[in-house]
Amino acid sequence: MTKGVTGELAGLELPVERGCPFAPPAAYEQLREQAPINKVRLASGGEAWWVSGHEEARTVLVDGRFSSDKRKDGFPLFTLDAATLQQLRSQPPLMLGMDGAEHSAARRPVIGEFTVKRLAALRPRIQAIVDRFIDDLLAADQRPVDLVQALSLPVPSLVICELLGVPYTDHDFFQSRTTMMVRRTSLEDRRRAFAELRAYIDDLITRKESEPSDDLFGRQIARQRQEGTLDHAGLVSLAFLLLTAGHETTANMISLGVVGLLTHPEQLALIKADPDRTPMAVEELLRYFTIADGVTSRLATEDVEIGGVSIKAGEGVIVSALSANWDPAAFKDPTDLDVERGARHHLAFGFGPHQCLGQNLARMELQIVFDTLFRRIPALRLAVPVDDLPFKSDAVIYGAHELPVTW
Amino acid sequence: MRIKADTRLCVGSGQCVLTEPAVFDQDDDGIVALLTDHPDDQSAAQAHHAVTLCPSRALSIL
Ligand code: HEM
Ligand code: SF4
Repeated sequence: MTKGVTGELAGLELPVERGCPFAPPAAYEQLREQAPINKVRLASGGEAWWVSGHEEARTVLVDGRFSSDKRKDGFPLFTLDAATLQQLRSQPPLMLGMDGAEHSAARRPVIGEFTVKRLAALRPRIQAIVDRFIDDLLAADQRPVDLVQALSLPVPSLVICELLGVPYTDHDFFQSRTTMMVRRTSLEDRRRAFAELRAYIDDLITRKESEPSDDLFGRQIARQRQEGTLDHAGLVSLAFLLLTAGHETTANMISLGVVGLLTHPEQLALIKADPDRTPMAVEELLRYFTIADGVTSRLATEDVEIGGVSIKAGEGVIVSALSANWDPAAFKDPTDLDVERGARHHLAFGFGPHQCLGQNLARMELQIVFDTLFRRIPALRLAVPVDDLPFKSDAVIYGAHELPVTW
Repeated sequence: MRIKADTRLCVGSGQCVLTEPAVFDQDDDGIVALLTDHPDDQSAAQAHHAVTLCPSRALSIL
């Protein structure tokens, strides 16, 4: 996870890779117990504030004096390598890295696509996608099956096809390239998949510009034309943002959710007995794993007094959503996976104006996958001991590389 | 109990709609729309909860 952070005031060496696959690094807790906000040293050089208290995390993330612009000097970029940073600096900024009015202008036109109502209309399509992959699973002539390849990756990829309006005949292409992009293959393979997808999406948007379509991009194009500002490059970037923000995250959460439920059979039994519990189980799994820790980093643009410390303009702030989600002041017995906890105030989707745009889509995908998988394959179990599972313990987005299952 | 929604602050997360659909809705552009600004006793607790969950602090209780 948050590789290369060393506690300074705390005098701790943080082994910040997740040791136990089901818990934050032990050092997170030690730091949080010392103070909700600590100064830490970054392996990349320099210092940053480490926010681990739930209340303090929310306070920082709603405060407009903290910037999301990763291109600014001093931004605590411990999760990005130099090459990614250079790429980031050479491209127009995405809403993820914008602030204030500029961010609002980029996000507002799209949020209508992600309302609870509009997404509900997508539910039958997503159910059909999930059922199709589970049909294939059940028809597999060999077991164990790697659930990551068979379900976790393809489902969100096809859901994004629905969102982007990718025609059916191109689904196989889209799915294979999106999978390639996040596989443990060579950098060259991943670059090629990225380039092919980029060219494909560019062409797709061009086609949609000439033939009106009743989908997300069709509507964005119509809206922009009305305002007289058709921004082709911006639409391509938006499509890519939805793909990169929504594919691997959801896929990892599917895999981890399945592992979490299979290793807590009493919890799984609760949702099997009553699928009405699944939405809350999804919230709890999101909290428990908090796969996107540390993506909620910011840069102070003014001096700010917060949680008993004075943060100066130009200083970096790393909000650890994972630590905040395991803060006993906000969640009773946070180490327990409790699908009946009923707590929605976790920060797995962030907080503040950047709170995940696709959160309700992700929720729906996860609910449908867990319900359908355990209903149709009730005897599903891990094919290897949990200790043998390859977890992405050092990745920016936590997950599992492989998940061999059988039944 | 009276609820106020500041549509300029809303970022369309839908948290309020998920939490208490009897009080909160989103318009076609994804912005919060109150179905009532006086939640009844049945909705009051959940409406209050929604106010605390709103990521942009767009909701308040008067
Ligand atoms: C379980 C799955 C997911 C998790 C854990 C997740 C997590 C997050 C987090 C933590 C942020 C906030 C980043 C910040 O504050 O800087 C975020 C933002 C975002 N997410 Fe997600 N996400 C998920 C799924 C999705 C999906 C399915 C989509 C779209 C199809 C999506 C699209 C976005 C976008 C566009 C943003 C940027 C919003 C903004 O800057 O205003 N995400 N996500
Ligand atoms: S919870 Fe807040 S930001 Fe989200 S839709 Fe409701 S009012 Fe808007």
